[in-house]
Amino acid sequence: MQKKSNFFRRLESVAVTVGLAASLSLISLPTLASYDVNIPQPASPIATQIYSLHMYLLGVCATIFVVVFAFMFYSIFKFRKSNGAKPDVNFHESTLIEIIWTIIPFIILIAMAVPATKTILDMKDTSSPDMTVKVTGFQWGWRYDYNTEDFGFYSNLTTPWSQIGQPGTGPTEKQGDDYLLEVDNPLVVPVGKRVRLLVTSNDVIHGWYVPQLGINQYGIPGFIKDVWFTADRIGTLKGQCSQICGKLHGYMPITVVVKSDADYAKWVIDSKAKWSTKIVAAGANSAVAVAEDDNKVFEMAEAKEKGEKIYAANCVACHQSNGKGMPPAFPSLAGSKIVLGPTDQQINILLNGKAGTAMQSFARLSNSEIAAVISFTKNAFGNNVGKVIQPSEVKAARK
Amino acid sequence: MVAATAHDQVHDHSHDHAPGGLTRYFTTTNHKDIGTMYLWFAFTMFFVGGAMALGIRAELFQPGLQYFQPEFFNSLTTVHALVMIFGAVMPAFVGFANWLIPMQIGAADMAFPRMNNWSFWIMIPAAILLLATFFVPGGAASSGWTLYPPLVMQGGIGVDMSILALHLLGASSIMGSINIITTLLNLRAPGMTLMKMPLFCWTWLITAYLLIATMPVLAGAITMLLTDRHFGTSFFNAAGGGDPTMFMHIFWFFGHPEVYILILPAFGIVSSIIPAFARKPLFGYASMVYATGSIAILSFIVWGHHMFTVGMPAAGQLFFMYATMLIAVPTGVKIFNWIATMWRGSLTFETPMLFCIGFLCMFTLGGFSGLVLSIVAVDITLHNTYYVVAHFHYVLFPGAIWGLTAAVYFYLPKFTGKMYNETLGKWHFWISAIAFNVTFFPQHFLGLAGMPRRIPDYALQYAEWNAISTIGAFILGFSQLIFLYNVVTTIRSGEKAKDRQWDGADSLEWTHLPSPVPYHTFETPPVLK
Repeated sequence: MQKKSNFFRRLESVAVTVGLAASLSLISLPTLASYDVNIPQPASPIATQIYSLHMYLLGVCATIFVVVFAFMFYSIFKFRKSNGAKPDVNFHESTLIEIIWTIIPFIILIAMAVPATKTILDMKDTSSPDMTVKVTGFQWGWRYDYNTEDFGFYSNLTTPWSQIGQPGTGPTEKQGDDYLLEVDNPLVVPVGKRVRLLVTSNDVIHGWYVPQLGINQYGIPGFIKDVWFTADRIGTLKGQCSQICGKLHGYMPITVVVKSDADYAKWVIDSKAKWSTKIVAAGANSAVAVAEDDNKVFEMAEAKEKGEKIYAANCVACHQSNGKGMPPAFPSLAGSKIVLGPTDQQINILLNGKAGTAMQSFARLSNSEIAAVISFTKNAFGNNVGKVIQPSEVKAARK
Repeated sequence: MVAATAHDQVHDHSHDHAPGGLTRYFTTTNHKDIGTMYLWFAFTMFFVGGAMALGIRAELFQPGLQYFQPEFFNSLTTVHALVMIFGAVMPAFVGFANWLIPMQIGAADMAFPRMNNWSFWIMIPAAILLLATFFVPGGAASSGWTLYPPLVMQGGIGVDMSILALHLLGASSIMGSINIITTLLNLRAPGMTLMKMPLFCWTWLITAYLLIATMPVLAGAITMLLTDRHFGTSFFNAAGGGDPTMFMHIFWFFGHPEVYILILPAFGIVSSIIPAFARKPLFGYASMVYATGSIAILSFIVWGHHMFTVGMPAAGQLFFMYATMLIAVPTGVKIFNWIATMWRGSLTFETPMLFCIGFLCMFTLGGFSGLVLSIVAVDITLHNTYYVVAHFHYVLFPGAIWGLTAAVYFYLPKFTGKMYNETLGKWHFWISAIAFNVTFFPQHFLGLAGMPRRIPDYALQYAEWNAISTIGAFILGFSQLIFLYNVVTTIRSGEKAKDRQWDGADSLEWTHLPSPVPYHTFETPPVLK
C-alpha cells in the first residue's frame, strides 16, 4: 500500500514537471517561428496550410517530447544506484500499461491525420485552372512554355562563375545577395489566379521546388505530372531543383515573379514578341527576327566575341574557362579532334548531344548562337582553325 | 557457481586453442573469428565513409566551390551512403550476430560455418570494387545512393562496378541471413524456447527475414539498370516504353525495409544493455517481440513515402501516409518499454549505458522528424531538403551507430577478457553527443528554410548553419579516434575483466562463459532451467 502511494506521488511530480516544461516550450514556439529557422513565409493558400500543419505537428511532437523525456530523466535522476535505488525486479510486465501506451499514440495519430488528409485532397485537386504553364527541367535549367499564348523561354542561372569559384582557388568575386538564386528569365504569373503547372523533363529527373508556394514536384522524362498554386501576393519567390540531376544540380534555381493582372498582361505581350513559338514552329516568312538571325554573316572578330559570351553562359561549367575541361568526364576542347575536325560533326554534337555522356543537346540555342560558339571554340584555347561558321550552316544541319 | 561452470567449460575441451598462422583467418569457420573479421571490416569502412562525410562538410563550410568539383562532390555523397550502409552498419551487425547468437542460445557455432566464412570473404572484393570506382575513368557513381535512372545512365564504368559490388554485398547478406535463421531455429539449447531468447536474437531473426525478402528485390532493380545501360533494354526509359518511376518503386520496396534492417538489431542491443544497467528485466519482453514484428511487416507497405513528390494520386499518398504514421505506434511502444525498464531500476551509467540513453534521446527526436515527414503535405515542402538529411542521420547515427558503439563497449570485456578505459569511453560519449547535435540539429533549420540536399554550394542565407554544422562534423569525426584508440589499447593492454563484468547482465554469454570466451564454446549444450 505504502509502495503504491509512493509510486503515485512520483507520477504526480512527473506530471507537474511535464506541465511546466510543456507550457514553456509552447510559449517559445512563436518566438522560434519568427527566426530564420522555419518554413519560409507562405505565399499561397496550400503553403499556408502546410505552414500551420507543420506548426501543429511541431507542437504535438514537442509536447510528447516533454512527456517522454520527463519520464526518462526522472528515472535517470531518481533511480540511480548511487542514490541507493533498489531495483524492483517484479516491475517488468503490465498488459494494461502496454495497451494504454498503444492506444494513446494511435489517438494522437488520428488527430494528426485528419487535418493532413484535408490538405492533401486540396493539393491534389488540379481542376479548373485559370491558366496552364508547362515546366520542363533539363541539365541544368528550366524551360517554361505558355502554350495557350504560344510562347516559351529558358530560365538559367545568371550568377557568374567568378562568384562560385573553382576548387583550389575558391570564389574570386564577392557573392551577391541572390547568389545561386538568380535567373535570366523568371516564371511570371498573375496574382490570385489558379495556375496549373505541367511538370516534365528532357533528360533526367529534376524537382521543381518552390517552398513558398508549397510545391515540390519531380519532372520525369517521358511523363507529365500536374500541380497547382495560387500566388496570394505580388512579389518574387525563390526555389531550387530538389532532385539530384548531375553535376550542376546545385546550380539550377527557380524564380517566380508574381505580377498584378495589368503588369502580367503587359509582360505577356512583350514575351510573345520575344519568345514566340508559333512563328518558329510554323516557319512563317514573317519571322523577321529569326530570318535575320539565320541570314547573318559573321566576321571572325564578331563571331568570337559573341561566341565567347555564349560559351561563358552554357559551356564553361564543364569544359572550363581555359577549354581544358575535366577529363575524362568533360573532355578538353583545346586540341580536340572534334573541334579541330569537320564542322558538320561539331554542329551535330551541339544539336543532338552525345549519347551516354553529360553532353546534352543545345538545339535550344539559335542558329547564330551555335555558329558563334563553334567559331569561338575553333579559334580559342590555342585552337587555330581560322574558319568562321555561319548560321546558315547550322540551319542546314537542323533539317 | 558462474565461475565454476565457466571453468568446467574450459577443462572439458583441452583442444581449446585457435589455429595459428596466416591462413587462420582465410580458412576459419569459427563464428568468433568471423565475427571479429566482420567487426574490423565494418570499423575500417566506418572511417572510410566518415572521411568522405568530412569531405562533404568541408566543401559545405562556405558558399562557393573551395575543394571539389561538383561531380566529385556528388560521388562523395553517393559513396558515403553506400559505404556506411553496406560496408559499415550492416557488416557490423552481422559481426555481432556471429559472435553473440551462438553464445546467447547455447549453440557451438553457426549452422553453416563454411558459408559463414564465404559470406565474409566475398565482401572484400565487393569493397575493393566499390572504392576503386574513384580511380576509374568517369569516376565513382554520382547519382545519389538511390541510383535513380536516367541520371545513373550517364555514369561511367564506376556505376557498373558499384552495381557488381552491391550484388556481392547482397549475396553476402542473404547467405548471412540464411545462416542466422537456421541457427536460431535449429541450434537452440534444450529449454531455450523462442520466447526465452535474448531480444538481440529476436531482432536478428526478424531482420534476417527482411534481408531475404528485400535483397533480391534490390538485385533485380540494379540488374535491370545494368541491362538498360548495356544491353539495350528500356525498363526505366520512357522512350522505350519503360518508366523511371518504376525504378523508384522497386528500389524503395527494398529501401524501406532496408532502413529497418539498419536499426532492428540496434533495438536488440539496446534491449540487452538497458536491463543490465537498470538491474531489472526488460519491461514488456513479449510486447517488444510483437512490436519488432509489427515494424517489420509495416516496413513493406510504406515505401511510397520516399516518393510523395513523383506525383502519385491522392489515394496513393493517403495510403502511404497512414501506413507510415502507423509505424509510430510499435516504435513508441519500444521507447516506452525501455523507459519503463529504467523506471524503478537501480541505474549506473557506464559507457554502454550512456550510449544507450543517448540512443533513446536522439532516436526519439529522429522519430519525431519522421512523423513530421510522414505527413504528405509537409513532406512536399521538406522532401529532398536538409531536413531529411537531419532526420535519417538522427535515426542512423545515434540509432544504428551508437547501438553498435554501446555493444562494442559492452562486449569488449567478454570478447577480449580485458576492460576498456571507462574515462575515455565517457569522453567519447559526451564529445560525440554534443558534436552530433551541433552537426545535425542545425540541418533541420536548413531544410525547413528550403536548402536542397546533395548540392555542393548554396545560397548565402544558409551560410551560418552550414558553417556550424561543418565544425560539429569535424569534432564528431575526429572524436571517433578516441573510440579506435580505446578499443586498440583495451585489446593490447586492458586490465583483466571479470567473467560477469556487468552484474545486471543475465544472458548465457555472461552467466555461463568466462571472459575472454574460449575459442570453442557450448560444444555440449548448457543446461537451462
